[in-house]
Amino acid sequence: MKKTFPLFLLFIFGILGIIPFIVPHPIVQDTNNFLLNVFLKILAAFALILGLGSLLRVHMDKIKRKRQNWQYSWVLIITFIITSIIGLFGGVTGEGILPTRIGSFSFDIWTLYFNIEVPLGATMFALLAFFMASAAYRAFRARSSEATLLLVSAFIIMIGVLPLGERISHHLPSFTQWIMDVPNVAAQRGILFGVALGMLATALKIILGIERSWLGGGGGE
Amino acid sequence: MVAIAPPTDVYASDTPDDGGGVVTIQWQLSPDDAYLDGYEIYRSEDNVDYERVGFIGKGRTMYEDETEDGTNYFYKIAALIDTMKVYSETSKPVMSSAQWIDRNKINIIIAIIIFGAFILYFTYHARKGKELYIRKIAGLQAIDDAIGRATEMGKPILYCPGIGYMEDIATIASLSILGEVAKKCAQYDTKLINPHVEPIVYTVAREIVKEAYTQAGRPDAFDPDSVYFITDLQFAYAAAVDGIMVRERPATNFLIGWFRAESLILAETGASTGAIQIAGTDQVSQLPFFVTACDYTLIGEELYAASAYISKEPILLGAIKGEDSGKLVIVGILIAASIIGLLTTLPILNLFR
Repeated sequence: MKKTFPLFLLFIFGILGIIPFIVPHPIVQDTNNFLLNVFLKILAAFALILGLGSLLRVHMDKIKRKRQNWQYSWVLIITFIITSIIGLFGGVTGEGILPTRIGSFSFDIWTLYFNIEVPLGATMFALLAFFMASAAYRAFRARSSEATLLLVSAFIIMIGVLPLGERISHHLPSFTQWIMDVPNVAAQRGILFGVALGMLATALKIILGIERSWLGGGGGE
Repeated sequence: MVAIAPPTDVYASDTPDDGGGVVTIQWQLSPDDAYLDGYEIYRSEDNVDYERVGFIGKGRTMYEDETEDGTNYFYKIAALIDTMKVYSETSKPVMSSAQWIDRNKINIIIAIIIFGAFILYFTYHARKGKELYIRKIAGLQAIDDAIGRATEMGKPILYCPGIGYMEDIATIASLSILGEVAKKCAQYDTKLINPHVEPIVYTVAREIVKEAYTQAGRPDAFDPDSVYFITDLQFAYAAAVDGIMVRERPATNFLIGWFRAESLILAETGASTGAIQIAGTDQVSQLPFFVTACDYTLIGEELYAASAYISKEPILLGAIKGEDSGKLVIVGILIAASIIGLLTTLPILNLFR
């Protein structure tokens, strides 16, 4: 029963997921929209509570056991509590019962999000440039025939897209474009083709109950 | 005063294969189409009072009008030059309705049934004990070694399922692999760290890991805090996982699932800590980053085959075999269609026309 019931539910909801693809009738489409837009959101809300509970438990445990860098866990917990109070009682843009403005200084959730989270996210994203440079260095070391091929084609493309490429040869930009349009697209389509069919097969295997690893490493039947 | 001819043969019909609420109106162009500004579409419920419901440019012969199901409508089209209009004949009455089957998708359903039949056929043979050969996938063969290495070093294993939602197939495939990895971690008594960005994925992963420990006969070894939620923000998650890599120094990093721009941030940080890295995603744009920064990469469909490959369950291997056979048939059809497509461009074929 412990495994049969989830498999039964999965089969039912899997079929319910396929039906809207072929049935355009509003009864089916509205049910599907309800499942995706309402039911799933309710489920996500409960899952979020569990998630936040897990986050707090991990950090409380870290503080309790005085694990490495446990002091930072206080930062998380205090920030969590303050943000929760502001969010719950101050409203999104300060329309709640809790005042979220002192003079011209506003600290509602929207302001905090745009002035703290967005710049911090952008900072992490900016690091990508440096990681790209180090990854490029690693990729361009011609240690194997594939890496050499990668190095040569990358070199051609880098030169080809610059005005310098046009100066070297009139054919270089069009050759660069050919590399991008033909071998590159062919390889990408090959992968995407396999991915599309693999997705279909995986979905079928799960709906039909053949693939059961998601039940906890049990593999097949 | 210039006389213009109206459009002719106005025909209104219920738009096929839709959820209702739309009528398609078609007509023959006015002979003076080249001089027109366009066509105005008029609608009436009683064939007496008409209201303008749309305008479309010249040279166009079709318009889709939003309607109410179960009501009869009459249409007429006006050819328009400046303020001058010439009306067509009225169409026959039409009523929109919702359909139960989209006939355009029947071919896809047939293909899915054939594909499913291949899977079931090979699964059936696998169940009967038939030996099935699956090609070796280096990234999956390395999983055992990677877990063994972590055990020998006494260091944890980091399993990162990416930032996908539960409905992403890559995330589902990743969780299937997580089940197998968790089982091996339980057998070897190796610490597993499994941080999450999506609350639903977190709750599912937690149950999977717990069940894996139970199946391995070590339910007591399951640490509920080994699977945890961090944040639902992409780069905050990347920063947190980077922190785990640097602080905890896992011996093995699994980066398997649905990734976006954070893929390279995670993979490069992991590489700098000296961990063995096994990555896998179906996101073509992220694959080069993983190939560059990780030791092994599961490319596209290899990710979906992974759980079968690791568990070595004959039935799952049979399903993989069926999947490959289905692909072979589709590849054969594509090649045949490409050859026919190429041949039709050859002048010699004109001889047979």
